[in-house]
Amino acid sequence: MQIAALQAATLGRRAVVRTARQPANVVFPLIFPMLLFAVNSGGLKAETRLPGFPTDSFVAFAIAVPFIQGALLATVNANVEFARDIQTGFLNRLALTPVRGIVLLLGQLGGLLTIALVQAVFYLAVGLAFGVHLETGVGGAVLLLVLEAVIALAFASFGCWAALRTGSTEAVQGLFPVFFVFLFLSSMNIPRNLIEADWFRWVATINPVSYLIEAVRALVIYDWHWEPILLGFAVGIGMSLIGFALATHALIQRMARS
Amino acid sequence: MDPRDNSIEAHGLVRDFKKGPRAVDGIDLHVGSGEIYGFLGPNGAGKSTTVHMLTTLLPPTAGTATVGGYDVVKEGPQVRKAIGAALQEAALDPYLTGREHLRLQATMHGITGDERKQRSAELLHRVGLTEAADRKIRGYSGGMKRRLDLALALVHHPRILFLDEPTTGLDIQSRTALWEEVGRLAKEDGVTVFLTTQYLEEADVLADRVGIIDHGHIVAEGTPDQLKAEVACSTVEAVPAELAQKGAVAAVLERFGTPTTGFGPESVAVQLAANDGDIAQIVRALDAEKLRISNLQIHEPTLDDVFLDKTGRHLEGAGDEADEKQEAAAV
Repeated sequence: MQIAALQAATLGRRAVVRTARQPANVVFPLIFPMLLFAVNSGGLKAETRLPGFPTDSFVAFAIAVPFIQGALLATVNANVEFARDIQTGFLNRLALTPVRGIVLLLGQLGGLLTIALVQAVFYLAVGLAFGVHLETGVGGAVLLLVLEAVIALAFASFGCWAALRTGSTEAVQGLFPVFFVFLFLSSMNIPRNLIEADWFRWVATINPVSYLIEAVRALVIYDWHWEPILLGFAVGIGMSLIGFALATHALIQRMARS
Repeated sequence: MDPRDNSIEAHGLVRDFKKGPRAVDGIDLHVGSGEIYGFLGPNGAGKSTTVHMLTTLLPPTAGTATVGGYDVVKEGPQVRKAIGAALQEAALDPYLTGREHLRLQATMHGITGDERKQRSAELLHRVGLTEAADRKIRGYSGGMKRRLDLALALVHHPRILFLDEPTTGLDIQSRTALWEEVGRLAKEDGVTVFLTTQYLEEADVLADRVGIIDHGHIVAEGTPDQLKAEVACSTVEAVPAELAQKGAVAAVLERFGTPTTGFGPESVAVQLAANDGDIAQIVRALDAEKLRISNLQIHEPTLDDVFLDKTGRHLEGAGDEADEKQEAAAV
């Protein structure tokens, strides 16, 4: 058990080190969500004048989006590297050791979570610097990081599944626009109850990403409004479980060693 | 099972792929403990597929195989404990250092703490990478990567080593260094080595026994000398000092064997009728006819002659043909 934990930690450390040594994989996921955050905050702040808008600070409303984008970017980058491990035979090298498949998966996801959390701390710091006030205080900030871990795990497990299923870096990169479609068809820019187009409101309502964003948002703009928070955790954990099951199945098939 | 059993056995090993031809078609193998077995064949012959089956990475479609006394299908974990493998691609992470690779590999084998540190340092020294240990792999040459790959395969003191085309793409200096290390592993540490290669020289120099594989079949097996002796005798090539004497020189040489081609335009060559032919007799015969020779050489038969004899093709270029056929089948 102790060895398995050490093996998972070593694999996680490798994922972090590998990312840290590629400046493009560090800088882009930090800067891109912040740029989009700045553009949205500037361009859409008039929304706060809509009757029923939940806050008078659009910056506080919009800060939820970088957390989701960051988790997506971390997922895509880390799983592109994972797919590359399959393409180059690195996974075969690991498959020839006594390490268990589940440990490989946990190591990969653990590394990715670490990266996503570091990014989340950065977004939070930038948000606070630009005047975002967390209504839930320090406790809310801690829970926000926990939620970010759950969100990252949810996306990451699907990314792992794609990497293992296809073994193709291109296929994993192709996930990025797919994830982004889900993001744009969510309540990222406007509360669901204020969406006027029926079809869009319906899509945003069935889109799980809406609930993840709304949970993050609730921790920022409301004083412990539990319903969206719990819903966000439930959706995130549900997605993680489904993604993890798919990834485990794909790993078993991929490492069909006897 | 004898824990010191370092042998490899395979009987009727087959591997089919859904959209391709049968990659391995019923091969039988016996590799004894401490032996270096060279598995020679062109690209697409089935070498790597065989290695993948013997290392438990790919289940066989049919047949049986044991490695180190363990069944590759039923006792995969035990096989993996007994073997080390450096597969065809030196699968290394360009962003990690050599030392980090060794530590990672050691941890995956359950080696931790000081033992891990010590083993990493020992292997880095052994493959001559101590100075480059803390450099990232992206700055390594092909030879350095291959040496690190070998070190990674040795982390857990394996009894049997699989090397899949370990010197492909390396310069002669790196190749020779790797050959020396592999030879030492077999001789001094008693490690059984299963080595695939498409280089005739590699099989000839390094292997105790050679199996030649083509289109998934083993077409010949034995020591390099046995195989060569089976198919051809030595060839004598003479270059007359004066071109006008070429016909006369040919007439003398033909007393000792049959004319053969493939040499320079100024040369005359015959394949000797028997391997025990005395070169001194040829020199005396030329001298008796007062023929002056500027160059006289004996060419020993090569494993390519063996490959040619068994398959009707030369080893060089045979792989391209096999690849083309596989590509056509896949399309």
